[in-house]
Amino acid sequence: MNDRSRDIGPFVPAPDDDMIICRCEEVTKGEIRRAVHDGMFTIAEIRRYLRAGMGLCQGQTCSKLVKSIVARELNVSPACLEPATSRAPMRPTEMYILANEEREV
Amino acid sequence: MERFDLIVVGAGPAGLSASIEGAKKGMRVVVFDENDRPGGQLFKQIHKFFGSKEHKAKIRGFRIGQQLLKEAADAGVKVVLGATVEGLYLDKEVTVKIGEKLFHYKGDAILVATGASENMVTFPGWTLPGVIGAGAAQTMMNLHGVKPGSKILMLGTGNVGLVVSFQLLQCGCEVVALVDAAPQVGGYGVHAAKVARTGVPFYLSHTIVEAEGEDCVTGVTIAQVDEHFQFVPGTEKHFDVDTICLAVGLSPMSQLLKMAGCRMEDNPAKGGQVPVCDEDGQTSVPGIFVAGDVSGIEEASSAMIEGRMAGLAAARYLGYVDDAAAETGKEMLEGQLLSLRQGMFAPGQKGKKIETTEEGIPVSENLLKHGFVADDEILRFPGVTKRVGIHPVMECTQNIPCNPCQDACPKGCISIGDNITALPYVVEDAKCIGCGMCVAACSGQAVFLVDEEIGGGFASVTLPYEFLLLPEKGENGIALGRDGKELCPASVLDVKTAKAFDQTALLTIKVPAGMAMRARFYKNPSREGKDAPKEGGAAR
Repeated sequence: MNDRSRDIGPFVPAPDDDMIICRCEEVTKGEIRRAVHDGMFTIAEIRRYLRAGMGLCQGQTCSKLVKSIVARELNVSPACLEPATSRAPMRPTEMYILANEEREV
Repeated sequence: MERFDLIVVGAGPAGLSASIEGAKKGMRVVVFDENDRPGGQLFKQIHKFFGSKEHKAKIRGFRIGQQLLKEAADAGVKVVLGATVEGLYLDKEVTVKIGEKLFHYKGDAILVATGASENMVTFPGWTLPGVIGAGAAQTMMNLHGVKPGSKILMLGTGNVGLVVSFQLLQCGCEVVALVDAAPQVGGYGVHAAKVARTGVPFYLSHTIVEAEGEDCVTGVTIAQVDEHFQFVPGTEKHFDVDTICLAVGLSPMSQLLKMAGCRMEDNPAKGGQVPVCDEDGQTSVPGIFVAGDVSGIEEASSAMIEGRMAGLAAARYLGYVDDAAAETGKEMLEGQLLSLRQGMFAPGQKGKKIETTEEGIPVSENLLKHGFVADDEILRFPGVTKRVGIHPVMECTQNIPCNPCQDACPKGCISIGDNITALPYVVEDAKCIGCGMCVAACSGQAVFLVDEEIGGGFASVTLPYEFLLLPEKGENGIALGRDGKELCPASVLDVKTAKAFDQTALLTIKVPAGMAMRARFYKNPSREGKDAPKEGGAAR
């Protein structure tokens, strides 16, 4: 998967490239496809490059969609793409709450 | 940092069942749920569940939720709501956001039962307000009492799409069409049939071309797709709608397990990323267990059993039950789970084309293509017989694990036998007294009482009716066929409600004798308001 020397062909514009895929961060299908051609072969790279899946819903809505777009662009099965790393906090949380740690209820 | 024997994440059917099992074995159990109400999806399920008695069959989902909450309280389980588990770390420590603070807890065992989230599909206009998940529609209707829209198109004919479509109809919405890109209905035929007979058209091998509207959905265009899921030009159909519901599958919400370092796999048969786990639901990290949809998409009945199994396994892991007792309990639960995973819709059958029932009867092709069994197909099924006098007609044509009808009849007229997936048949020498218990007991609303000759060239048909307002005795309306098309005039002979029927009214209509085996729904156009469904859906 990480063989960057693999030839995935040129980026070919498609009529639905302006369709929004990640609603929270307003990332389009075309941006995701282009990112693959820019060398972002993993979901983690796509996420850092475009912020897709890093908004309010934390990829709950779009992660499967992003994965299938990247997989199609790389011409591989979505199942062989490692999903993005899971980290705390699981849900969007204000910084002041993270700073407000309690030892006991 | 407070310590618990077992920390359960998620107060849905799996999590609650696990916590009850664990607490009964003497563990100190806490359940965290990010929602303000417990029960997960159970409290949105207003239909009667399938299965057998041990699976709480013919009980409505929300009542099962109430039972579980009571059992949990009785067992001493602490359920903390509005509590979001933000992180799951090595050594089974969790951080939980409650209110505006973050708390740390340590569990000697952890059970993750976080369930699943809805999948989305993309098409031009999919981000318009009015495009919602079927689960969202269910939440609006059944938890908050809000009508999701007036005219709705449903994409997806799995059980979620079918069940929610019926609920939308109950809620007073017009469902203009049920659409699926697959060539056949994905969910139970009985769920499809109860929607189809109200007049909702099914469009299989179709999907959404685009949602129309500037600020919100005002219409939708669908078109037929070929075997490669490419649109067939010239097959476009337009509907004026204000809402599009998507019921296109679920994905396990398994991120917490990945975070905790559990070995994960991408398993399309289970709906996506799931932890690798053993038959007890224990993950690759000892002491971290999973149950329910997070470990593979199934449904609430199996989630409850999986929850109990994982709760028991956690108790065994911590030494609260000895190996012998744990094995005995596990064997019993495995048996229950196995009986649920039988029949045409068993996990292993997904995507397979089934030609005949277990009895060797060709399946109804029309049911798979259009959502209802055709008049010329129905008589080949063992529950459908013609005889003199009142008798039950079970329009149950697929092998699913369900048998309440067999227990419902006080006279033993209906038999399924020991094989829970077998189709019900009418027992030859038993005498039906027309009590209607079977009609109300059938979770699929597929049992009718028919008297083919009540005199004067008329027949009577008693059907399950779960809509408001209830028709009145003596009124005149129209009988609809299984296809939802107007069939003949009908008059209401009786409307029965009883506590034992659990909100299912029994509507008896009088129809011309020749219609006894065809009339399966009733409507009264003169009682319907402007917003009421128009005849036969309405493709424009």
